[in-house]
Amino acid sequence: MSDARAHTVRLELSDEPGELLNALHPIADNGGNLLSIYHERGNLTPRGRIPVEVDLECAPERFSGIVEALREAGINVIQAGEERYAEEVSVILVGPLIETDLSDTLRWFEECANLSVLDLSLSAPEDDRPSARLRLAAEAGGVSDALARVRELADEKGLLAIEPQLDREVEA
Amino acid sequence: MRLAVVGAGAVGRSVIELAGEYGHSVTAVADSRSAAVDPEGLDPETVVAEKEREGRVGSSAPEAALDAEYDALIEATPTTLGDAEPGFSHVVGALERDRHVVLANKGPVAERYGELRAAERASAGEIRFEATVGGAIPALSTIEDFGPDHITAARGVLNGTANFILTRMAAEGLDYEHVLAEAQDLGVAEADPSFDVEGTDAALKCVIMANVLSEDREFTLADAEVEGIEGVPGSALELAGEDGRTVRLIGEATREGVRVGPRLVPENGTLAVSGTRNIVQFETTHAGRLNVSGRGAGGPETATAVLSDVGRLG
Repeated sequence: MSDARAHTVRLELSDEPGELLNALHPIADNGGNLLSIYHERGNLTPRGRIPVEVDLECAPERFSGIVEALREAGINVIQAGEERYAEEVSVILVGPLIETDLSDTLRWFEECANLSVLDLSLSAPEDDRPSARLRLAAEAGGVSDALARVRELADEKGLLAIEPQLDREVEA
Repeated sequence: MRLAVVGAGAVGRSVIELAGEYGHSVTAVADSRSAAVDPEGLDPETVVAEKEREGRVGSSAPEAALDAEYDALIEATPTTLGDAEPGFSHVVGALERDRHVVLANKGPVAERYGELRAAERASAGEIRFEATVGGAIPALSTIEDFGPDHITAARGVLNGTANFILTRMAAEGLDYEHVLAEAQDLGVAEADPSFDVEGTDAALKCVIMANVLSEDREFTLADAEVEGIEGVPGSALELAGEDGRTVRLIGEATREGVRVGPRLVPENGTLAVSGTRNIVQFETTHAGRLNVSGRGAGGPETATAVLSDVGRLG
């Protein structure tokens, strides 16, 4: 581990027993050495989740594998090392979400560079069109680019995209 | 000033009734079938009573109003798209007679802005159209006062019907069809609500603001990117609510273009006006953001904007 470097990952966990442990396993299992864990209990993110900051040490080539393993375990990675998702944006998609393959939609976003899906809420009532709220994380200054991607996807799949009205005064 | 009022709907009638209070007289009134003309000034009550009783304002032909003696023509006929007639011809007819024109009719300003300005240049008369955007809200005069170069964007909630429907859907958890029917019962929505719920009305207002903001480019409805609210289900409002947000039909005008569509806004934010209230928000170059909110429709409200314009005429 002579070339190991320190990295910081910022995670967002739901307030359930075992969640922290679930989040630490992918790090240990992929060659990461835990240095410190700052569990900000009582300090909730806007989504009502608990922010956790983990410092770890690993060989440089292992770091991306650790972040990927965390995401695969369903953990929201807000910030990983130098790759910082500085801005968050929520959009609602309406229409044939399930018929047009929801997981394909998520994959579509994950394949966008500079963009990450933080979470998804789906509402599919029997007697109305389904809607999904996606919370996206974009790199600094990347929100308008992210929204352009959302419009592109909505066009492709015949969905209605309800974009946020950017209100920097409030969100700053 | 002596006013000729063309169009005897809610706005035209309110202008006739309120003109005296603002120190003006009404010398001619026309609806689509008739006209009443009196160079000494018409009695507002008589004209309005005649319209209500007979469905017409007088015994002359409608064209007589345009030929009458007046300083400013008030164009308050219904908004039409495309060639914006007969409103456009009314405006040009008055300008050719070197009279001023104040429009409450969105059609000519949104669809034939360039021609309108050309007709104004050839005339000793002036056109004003504050009432076409946001009823009583001083939207266009704010742009005028700041100077178009000092405003980078104008956006807002500009249609009361769409806003009423979205507000009720979110508050009561009701679906679109249910709330629309309720709005129609209350008289908030028309029997044919498409002009409002498809976003056309909001788009026309934004096209007008884009025209006022731009000096070298003319916009029409065809240039606007428009999405209505018919496709917004209750489930979308529910999801928005879980996140502290709600949905509003927002129109935005810049020198680059016009976009109208349902947008997510903070539930308690400035843009989340409720019911039939409107808001216009300006991004200014040196003074940050400016919000102007108020009643965006209604006879007396819109007549107030018309009469403010009359007061600004040189």
